[in-house]
Amino acid sequence: MIRVQREDFDLGTELRALTDGNHAIGGLASFVGLVRDIAGGESVGAITLEHYPGMTEKMLKRIEAEALERWPLDASLIIHRYGRLEPGDQIVLVATASPHREAALESCHFLIDWLKTRAPFWKLEDTASGGQWVDARDSDNAAAARWSKRSD
Amino acid sequence: MKLLYFAWLKTKTGVSEETVSPPAEVRTVADLLIWLKQRGPGYAEALADIDALRVAVNQEYADFTDPVAPGDEIALFPPVTGG
Repeated sequence: MIRVQREDFDLGTELRALTDGNHAIGGLASFVGLVRDIAGGESVGAITLEHYPGMTEKMLKRIEAEALERWPLDASLIIHRYGRLEPGDQIVLVATASPHREAALESCHFLIDWLKTRAPFWKLEDTASGGQWVDARDSDNAAAARWSKRSD
Repeated sequence: MKLLYFAWLKTKTGVSEETVSPPAEVRTVADLLIWLKQRGPGYAEALADIDALRVAVNQEYADFTDPVAPGDEIALFPPVTGG
């Protein structure tokens, strides 16, 4: 399940809905990305997240489909917000559920690493020196690359 | 073809969305970027460093050698920074 929205989400409500009634689930893993107040040594007042309607949903669905193919998951959820967000606000939720913990934990980690390099969102930081578009980081690409399947 | 600009590409070109009809010789993403650069100073500045940008054709990531055709939706943007 993929949601791209402005509105905030309630973690407890979303996690409960994900596992509701499915008692085959033994492990539920989640990650929440939050807005920080410091970036590159400068204090950040707010961020604005821009996205590409249409392609955003398409890429998130594709990333999720890959996780469902690679791990035995009972359910998965990605919620990504856009618009103006302030330090402490939730940006993204990734949650996965499986009979056992390893698939849930690994797939959750995979989804957030992949999302950060493939989902078309761009962050504009509101700093004392004006609006700055955040640069993508090599460490994000390296993190995503770790999940590439070995060729047999 | 429809062009979409995001993040600082939009700021520098001054355009978020436009419809263009490049000449028939524009067949690839690279051809399109070269053609766009000469349309004005904002475009030249936005496209000065090709390595700094990414392209999607019909909502799929594209290489500079990929084809572009009338009716396509082409988006130009910096490397993504979501999550």
